[in-house]
Amino acid sequence: MYYLTRQSKLTQFLILLVVFFALCLAIEPSETNVLWRFPALFAGLPGAINEFAENLMYEWLPVEVYDPELEEYETSALVRELTRGFSRSVLFCIELIREILLGGVKTIVTFTSWDFVGEHDWAVWPALPWTVVSGGAIVLGYALRGAGLALLAGLATSYIAIFGQWEPAMETLSFVLIAAPVSCFLGLVLGTAAYKSTTTEAVLKPLLNVAQTMPHFSYLIPVMVFFGVGDHAGAIATIIFATPPMIRLTLLGLKRVPVEVVEAGAMNGCTNRQMLLKVLIPTARRDILIGSNQVIMQCLAMAVIASFIGAKGLGFNLLLALNQLRIGQALELGICIVLIAVVLDKLSLAWANQQTDYFADESFMRRHRYGVIFLAIFALCLLLSLLGRTIFFNGINYFYLIPHNQGITTEPFWQAGVDWMVENWYHGLQAFNNWLILDVLMPMKAAYLGMPVIATFVLVMGIGFIIGGLRSAVIVGGFLLFIAFTEWWDRALITAYMTSFAVMISAILGVVIGSLCAQNSLASRVILIGCDTLQTFPSFIYLIPVIMLFGVTDTSVLIAVIVYATIPAIRYTVEGLRGVPVTLQDAASMSGVNRLQRWVKIEMPLAFPHIMLGLNQTVVFALFMVIIGAMIGTEDLGQYILKALSDKNGIGNGLVLGLCVAFIGLAVDHLIHTWADQKKALLGT
Amino acid sequence: MKKLTRNMAVAMSLSLAAVSGPSLAADSSKPIVIPTHNWSSQVVMAYVIGGIFESMGNNVEYVPADTQAVYEAIRNGDVTISHEVWQSTFGASFYNAMQKGGIIDAGTHAAMTLEEMGVPQYVIDDNLCPGLPNWEALADCPEVFATADSGGKGRWLEGPQSWHGNQMPERLAGLGLDDKYMVKFAGSADALWAELESAKKDRRGVITFNWTPNFTDAEGFVFIEFPEYFEGCRVGDGGNGACGSPKGWLKKAANYKFPKTHPAAYTAFSKISFTSTDIGQMAALVDIDKMSHQDAAKKWLADHADVWKPFTE
Repeated sequence: MYYLTRQSKLTQFLILLVVFFALCLAIEPSETNVLWRFPALFAGLPGAINEFAENLMYEWLPVEVYDPELEEYETSALVRELTRGFSRSVLFCIELIREILLGGVKTIVTFTSWDFVGEHDWAVWPALPWTVVSGGAIVLGYALRGAGLALLAGLATSYIAIFGQWEPAMETLSFVLIAAPVSCFLGLVLGTAAYKSTTTEAVLKPLLNVAQTMPHFSYLIPVMVFFGVGDHAGAIATIIFATPPMIRLTLLGLKRVPVEVVEAGAMNGCTNRQMLLKVLIPTARRDILIGSNQVIMQCLAMAVIASFIGAKGLGFNLLLALNQLRIGQALELGICIVLIAVVLDKLSLAWANQQTDYFADESFMRRHRYGVIFLAIFALCLLLSLLGRTIFFNGINYFYLIPHNQGITTEPFWQAGVDWMVENWYHGLQAFNNWLILDVLMPMKAAYLGMPVIATFVLVMGIGFIIGGLRSAVIVGGFLLFIAFTEWWDRALITAYMTSFAVMISAILGVVIGSLCAQNSLASRVILIGCDTLQTFPSFIYLIPVIMLFGVTDTSVLIAVIVYATIPAIRYTVEGLRGVPVTLQDAASMSGVNRLQRWVKIEMPLAFPHIMLGLNQTVVFALFMVIIGAMIGTEDLGQYILKALSDKNGIGNGLVLGLCVAFIGLAVDHLIHTWADQKKALLGT
Repeated sequence: MKKLTRNMAVAMSLSLAAVSGPSLAADSSKPIVIPTHNWSSQVVMAYVIGGIFESMGNNVEYVPADTQAVYEAIRNGDVTISHEVWQSTFGASFYNAMQKGGIIDAGTHAAMTLEEMGVPQYVIDDNLCPGLPNWEALADCPEVFATADSGGKGRWLEGPQSWHGNQMPERLAGLGLDDKYMVKFAGSADALWAELESAKKDRRGVITFNWTPNFTDAEGFVFIEFPEYFEGCRVGDGGNGACGSPKGWLKKAANYKFPKTHPAAYTAFSKISFTSTDIGQMAALVDIDKMSHQDAAKKWLADHADVWKPFTE
């Protein structure tokens, strides 16, 4: 051992490879050979989890509940009543916002009863005309930042209305408007708690790691069992998905607050609360804002998946459109999702960046000028929509609500585009498809499946050892051991094969595109906006055209994965390269290096730790998308996660499978992080 | 769990009472929750049934739900009914939920369903594989259905594995076609439609799993004629699997409380029985006439009062 550690990393790695291949050759593939496949010691785990959940929901702490409908008492479990009560309150909030935007009776029902609403026809909350909401968004944008944001808000809301997607868009918006603030708030609270107590931090860290790498499909069933189906369940799943980055960034921000600032606060006699609210959080604002930006992006990225458990709105319509192969329509819906994300993001950013003017002594009208303008717009738009009742001949009031089949649509154009693509490219692509499948993918898959389990452990733990010593080796080994003890090791190998192939291509593409764009500040800005857009654009949409071109094959899955996983690779490359200090670049240029040399010798090495973090994100994105790729047709963990939706042990299977995926992600994450940290330390940053 | 089962037994007997006798109490005004899935006929039928309930004075609510997960939701009472339970695709999930208790069988539609492997109409018209739709013709033309990843064999594109497990591979083995054909599991119904649409563009041979009534009926889809199904022919039942699919049922399911809370609506729901023609008409209004699902349901209800009125009486 001692001898080994003295060798250079390269030698160590070569020795590792030799051992690995020797093991691969030496071990006989047979089901009874423990070195070939570990016994499935955890095979009973999903069943146990399931039993636990069922017990919790139906048996434990029984309470008698009165059912006014049946006029009799029923036995229910306490936990179930609690979670259902929670669901009802979340649902109430969502319905409230939804009915302010779209009208309805549910809020009135909450305070009266269905009978009351049935008897009184007037007991309906009217919908706001879209012009009012749009006008409100414009005023808000102007008040918070100025004409630019007002224009963006106006264009986005008008696009949504004119394309006839107003109703689903407002449905989506109403659950995002609940999920996003709740996630931000939870994130702030938990992040602060972790900052204050190292125990909390130690407990939260692993939970956050798992939550951020676990595919969303795997917790849909537990959420559904505990909270029911409907918009509230969608919102809860979204909150689970969106809160972790907020916690992380809050914690990061608070930790970066300089000691001097904290001491200045203490010297001024801040109470604990003042210290937190007036000193720490404002100082950490930059990171917290990045957190809230992430929350909004994550919330809208969940719009489609949340509709699997009952969220209404754009996501559900998008799935319907895809089932009818109406790609144009799905695209328009996807654009609406992106627009909502962009507008919400910019508005919240502008709101958080507002400066308080402590000295202004303004008249009432001046202080409340935007409120007054909004009221004026409100009145004007109401008038318009009343007018609209009479001026349009076909009985549709375009100033009030444009129904989905009355809006403009570009669907025929996109549909024709897809048809053209399939007709003209299919045959050309077949040769490529055949080559890729026969000569690359199938051998690669066979090689992964042909690895004895002990060889995989030696390889992965060996890499861990080379990178981070014994500690890393034990950590990644632990992650792997969990997977090896479930009955899904082979499935996990297939997931690993697809992910690693996609990550390889994505990393190359990302670094090349990112490096090219980073040469120019305008190009960098454009590509970063493109990354933001693609990240919220629902990835389900490109599954269909890809199947049409490449069939139900691994190629299709991989292309979809690569499109999605390249985004973080590009983003981090651009950020990393742009972050290289100008002085260093100038110093290099003065030493007479040419452009290429500067890139290879100066910029890339300096940006490399950051790029590696991008690679880390690429792995997580690829894992997520491989799971969604199960909708095309794969044989990996994702397929089993989808299948868990109908399994008897659905909760347990879903969660354990989700953990398997998370642990693959976490093992890679650990290796990359350890390595990047070492490099950073070397660079002194 | 025992309690639930007992409740269910009570519900069952009560539901029988509700069907046979006159309803005892008025329906609750609480909304009946109807799930919507991601295919047209199901969504239109959701609005049609909702419309029928509304015509009886009930409140109705629609909630999007996953096709497999919905049975768990009905069991828990978060969703009240499901009106399209396809035998071979959702039978497993339905009976799993029933075993746990809380969900009842609310009768069967008149529509007989067929869920089977088949080919688009043009495969027959262009005579790509002479002798089809008889299954024996398959032996002579695997290359017509071969794809890049099928290893030279013909490919059967089956639905997700969660739908019918290993039935199709077992059938291939039973028929002795497994040296010429392989089964590829698609991940979703969308994948099947995308593959069919792509194949149609250059009239390429393709064998996929499909069902009827379905929107593909409009363009023509021919099911392969396998040896007839008989009890016990499947591998799981002790046979060798060399048989086709049986004509399947299309059931309705409900939460066990539904007969008690909404006796009149439940009675109507248990009587509702749509035929393949009804379902085809509903789907066509959306898929072919491009109406919205709500509008299609309204139009169908207005045009076919003679069909649905009797259910409510």
